[in-house]
Amino acid sequence: MDHDQVVAYIPNLRRYARALTGDSEAADDLVQDTLERAVRKFALWRPGNLRAWLFSIMHNVFINQVKARKVTFDEELDENLAAPVPTATGDDIKDLQRALQQLAPAQREVVLLIALEDLTYNDVAKMLGVPVGTVMSRLSRGRERLRHLLDGEPARAPLKVVQ
Amino acid sequence: MNERRDQEITALLKRAYDPVMAEPVPARLIMRPAPWLPMLRAAALMAMGIGIGLAMAPYVLPTPAAVTVAAPLPMRAARAHAVYVSEVRHPVEVDAKEEKHLVAWLSKRLDTKLRVPVLAEEGFNLLGGRLLPGPEGPVAQFMYQDSAGTRLTLYVTRPATADTPTAFRFAQEEKVAVFYWIDRQCGYAISGEIDRPRLARVANIVYRQLEP
Repeated sequence: MDHDQVVAYIPNLRRYARALTGDSEAADDLVQDTLERAVRKFALWRPGNLRAWLFSIMHNVFINQVKARKVTFDEELDENLAAPVPTATGDDIKDLQRALQQLAPAQREVVLLIALEDLTYNDVAKMLGVPVGTVMSRLSRGRERLRHLLDGEPARAPLKVVQ
Repeated sequence: MNERRDQEITALLKRAYDPVMAEPVPARLIMRPAPWLPMLRAAALMAMGIGIGLAMAPYVLPTPAAVTVAAPLPMRAARAHAVYVSEVRHPVEVDAKEEKHLVAWLSKRLDTKLRVPVLAEEGFNLLGGRLLPGPEGPVAQFMYQDSAGTRLTLYVTRPATADTPTAFRFAQEEKVAVFYWIDRQCGYAISGEIDRPRLARVANIVYRQLEP
């Protein structure tokens, strides 16, 4: 593997991992696991899009981590538990970071890949190994949920009032 | 409405996470496989051979053989570090006051364009440097010192033919901690008797300044 080529993508991998995990140590662990796996599996890489290949490896490593924590990967968290983040903190970025972590991991991935890496739906579909339609629906549900969390719009499911 | 809000959120995401791209990449993420293992194995075999040879010496006629086994880069760097940091009066050959001359001289001897990293952000200032013999030619050693008198050395050598490029590796030679890496031009080792996280930070700075 041309090491320099891979090194060139480490900043991209770190940015995405930071947003995905919401924690800089966990993010660099994810990047390190991804790179180690990439080195081991390099024989399987066919010359082409190295960035896409690295991100798809990171996706697999991330899924395994999520599963190990017994969090459902592709379903939304119980909306009744995840109350909208109050916007009154005045810190847009902090609110956004908190809201991101409340998205289902599968939605978070799609929202971030599209936003941060400027990828097309097709690219993301190939990277994640899912149909384009799935990418689009995860994106729209993820974005909708982010709006709800940030702007306090009523969620689709009515909130239960617990005394 | 929603589309505009989505665009705003996308812009906010970029604002939140784009700065990560500009952060220095931690050392642990730019590792390459260690090239030392085969060398260490060869060195061990050689040592065994020499041991057997010495034990047999009284019984067999000595057969002179030219044998050179180069110690691995971190070991050489740590030894050179230990020898010179304890020098009070002559820690360096050329003082930092003559930095331009020092760099020009050592660049000429190593036949490569050397640069001296600035480690002020970790509190280390250049004391100067010296020329050392290495297994495959001249080696440059730069010495730094902080306000507490702690000294670091940066050992720069042309890569030996057996060396393959590697990124950060860590080695501990008794009390001396060493971070080292080899690129196409040179092998670098930064040594010091300081804790590993601090040395890692220094190594990151050196790496950043030397790798364009």
